[in-house]
Amino acid sequence: MNTPLNSKLLDSSGRRIVVDPVTRIEGHMRCEVNVDDNNIIRNAVSTGTMWRGLEVILKGRDPRDAWAFVERICGVCTGCHALTSVRAVEDALGIDIPLNAHLIRHLMDKTLNIHDHVVHFYHLHALDWVNPVNALKADPKATSALQQKISSSHPLSSPGYFRDVQTRIKKFIESGQLGLFANGYWSNPAYKLPPEADLMAVAHYLEALDMQKEIVKIHTIFGGKNPHPNFMVGGVPCAINLDGTGSSGAPVNMTSLNFVLERIREAEAFIKNVYIPDVIAIATLYKDWLYGGGLAASNVLSYGTHTVVPGDKSTDLIPAGAIINGNWDEIHPVDVRNPDEIQEFVDHSWYQYANGAKGLHPWDGETEAKFELGPNFKGTKTNIKELDESAKYSWIKSPRWKGHAMEVGPLSRYIVAYASGKEYVQEQVDRSLSAFNQATGMDLGLKQFLPSTLGRTLARALDSELCVDSMLDDWHQLVNNIKNGDTSTANVEKWDPKTWPKEAKGVGTNEAPRGALGHWIKIKDGKIENYQAVVPTTWNGSPRDSEGNIGAFEASLLNTPMERPDEPVEILRTLHSFDPCLACSTHVMSEDGQELTKVKIR
Amino acid sequence: MSQLETFYEVMRRQGITRRSFLKYCSLTAAALGLGPAFAPRIANAMETKERTPVLWLHGLECTCCSESFIRSAHPLVKDVVLSMISLDYDDTLMASAGHQAEAILEETMQKYKGKYILAVEGNPPLNEDGMFCIVGGKPFLDQLKHAAKDAAAIIAWGSCASWGCVQAARPNPTQAVPIHKVIKDKPIIKVPGCPPIAEVMTGVITYMLTFGKVPELDRQGRPKMFYSQRIHDKCYRRPHFDAGQFVEQWDDEGARKGYCLYKVGCKGPTTYNACSTVRWNEGTSFPIQAGHGCIGCSEDGFWDKGSFYDRLTDINQFGIESNADEVGTAVAGGVGAAIAAHAAVSAVKRAQHKGEQE
Repeated sequence: MNTPLNSKLLDSSGRRIVVDPVTRIEGHMRCEVNVDDNNIIRNAVSTGTMWRGLEVILKGRDPRDAWAFVERICGVCTGCHALTSVRAVEDALGIDIPLNAHLIRHLMDKTLNIHDHVVHFYHLHALDWVNPVNALKADPKATSALQQKISSSHPLSSPGYFRDVQTRIKKFIESGQLGLFANGYWSNPAYKLPPEADLMAVAHYLEALDMQKEIVKIHTIFGGKNPHPNFMVGGVPCAINLDGTGSSGAPVNMTSLNFVLERIREAEAFIKNVYIPDVIAIATLYKDWLYGGGLAASNVLSYGTHTVVPGDKSTDLIPAGAIINGNWDEIHPVDVRNPDEIQEFVDHSWYQYANGAKGLHPWDGETEAKFELGPNFKGTKTNIKELDESAKYSWIKSPRWKGHAMEVGPLSRYIVAYASGKEYVQEQVDRSLSAFNQATGMDLGLKQFLPSTLGRTLARALDSELCVDSMLDDWHQLVNNIKNGDTSTANVEKWDPKTWPKEAKGVGTNEAPRGALGHWIKIKDGKIENYQAVVPTTWNGSPRDSEGNIGAFEASLLNTPMERPDEPVEILRTLHSFDPCLACSTHVMSEDGQELTKVKIR
Repeated sequence: MSQLETFYEVMRRQGITRRSFLKYCSLTAAALGLGPAFAPRIANAMETKERTPVLWLHGLECTCCSESFIRSAHPLVKDVVLSMISLDYDDTLMASAGHQAEAILEETMQKYKGKYILAVEGNPPLNEDGMFCIVGGKPFLDQLKHAAKDAAAIIAWGSCASWGCVQAARPNPTQAVPIHKVIKDKPIIKVPGCPPIAEVMTGVITYMLTFGKVPELDRQGRPKMFYSQRIHDKCYRRPHFDAGQFVEQWDDEGARKGYCLYKVGCKGPTTYNACSTVRWNEGTSFPIQAGHGCIGCSEDGFWDKGSFYDRLTDINQFGIESNADEVGTAVAGGVGAAIAAHAAVSAVKRAQHKGEQE
């Protein structure tokens, strides 16, 4: 039994620290914490500081266009909203897609997951663990030895290679123009890597920049571009023509299939030889920093993903399920259609419900902006110094599953998959934990290791491995299916809105890079009547609810000691482990959009 | 050692030979469509210029422009960031946060007054006193105006900053506006697209650093080097348009043969961008090649011009040139009927909204 903390138990009497903007995330976010006399975080307040109103914009539009609008919710997890949207429309209209389309969508979805995880770890998260300035002190020979020790298969491992990287960084730093590294917290004792590990990680920061632009080319083949590849209701737009007239100008032909396979293999090498060894090495060197578990130790949620047999959720590589109070022995089924299960609350969000409603299921989502700062906030409306978390304090709503705050994301789905007995996942997790224990001489159990900032970061790396391994299966299945004579990519029976019922409603789900993603749509007279997206960062970044249940971001920061409260390294480290995406998390708005409640400062 | 270095010096000190450097200059010249004669000029510029500070702000957006930028293959983004510019502020990538991050903005603005490039991704919302987008407790609008004051040049990345894009689609609940609506005293280089092509983004920056000037712009502020022709003009499927060979339905015989996508809604004939020439992700492909019509994402108000699958009206199949030139303006009016379906928006509001935009 591991009951989540309630806001009533938090101590906000200590010194208040404000971090705004929280950088190296997607979008705009603010975080405030209170630290006690020992600089331990005792209260945490996370705030979504942007709002765009996309769901209002969707009302009255053609449901077949919705994917393009919602794809622009986020350009980082590009494509996952589009995919979830076409699923919602197809669910509403009863459209089954061809097997080839199913497989091509899988390839695109997994491409996105891998890309997102790699860029997150190396370019958004790494600087929470890695000190590039310290890399200057490294001995390139020792770095080479370290590289060969943690991953003997990675070819870029010679002393000369690391010397070149070090020289480049040295000259960059000596130029006095530090660019992205300026004002970093490089003297903070929270950084614990030896110089050789720092240098190796900096080299991989640069290698990952090169790698990420290659893997996304799979989107370019099937969707024409990245970011924001094209999707389509009823299948995929990329027709297959292997050996007929016009094949060389067709989207999917022999050369483009070969091209895709090469990109998968490159990604496979990078993930297995660089990414996973790096994460385990960093975890090993930060073995005493097992903070940040928060809600993951008790409540986690997964919608399930990577369905092998189309339409059969029992074949998901990552299963759906909810775990409550840390009881891994009981996996609760999750029904996204049940109005009593998933509900959004706005007690602490800058919205209001009509008729005093409490929580609303997304199909009935009804919202109106109400930007209002609480009685104890400091500053002015347009110059906020400190927020008052007893009142409304975020543009993010609070989704809850049966009233529970839930953490979502790769760690959550990995916990659900592990507890559900998925052997592939169990092997990955056991292998990683055993490598960690062996290297550190520790004897941590799964429940001590996984629910932590490091566990969250590890789960993302393992998720990438699962994706790339299963992409190889998808590719081969696609080729086999074509070999068997099936070249269909689209089901157009219900393309014409005249074939649609007068009213329909549907839901699409996915496990996006950041976790459980759901889109709910209502269609009436061929147009969108209502559209709601409840996205991973809405779950994780949610403010408190009426019962005082704390969202995952806030819960994860509690009880973490800070080396120097003025330098928020530890806050960034744990928040980044969720890979926050604020453009995703903040949504809905009043019916007409224009009629906004004016700010009230009480 | 705070003295500024030239791009060439940085490259040399990274162990890059002069020969490789000159080869790089030739490739850059080719990428910019300038021909080999320009390579020495680029080399000269890179040998003598400092690394220019760039402040990259984010308003209401989805970060697709940043994501596209880091896909750049020539030049590689690591070379851009380490050697060509000094990316002093970019909240998506920078190490520091909170007040340490805000301090950098001020420092660069003071130290390089009138010499830095301001790059803007996203746009400011005007409703709710700007508090639909908050940075450092204040409206993004304030930060934008503040940083624009002393910029040498301003780049509007993508369709958000250039036109408004998706959050400004009807009914534009936050009243998000393109940046030229709030920065009126400075020229703005618009690099539209959702997102723009990576090599277009780095191409614009490279051109400015190399030639020390803003590229030639069209009347709407877009660099002619990338936005002077329609996608249709250089589309590899254009011969099928001219021959009357069209995809009639998804996955039909025409789709498999790579016929023209005009009848399934392609907006290539009215969209000014370099997708059919530069192509996407290191020239791998582009939307039409991958079988979906162009949705016109680099055009002003492309979200409100009817369904992406509605066929453009008013385009003659043959002898297109005289007519298609008018298409850009004709379409905006021509799709009024489709837009009328936006039941959620009252006619009054639409009129008000239009008034606000102009």
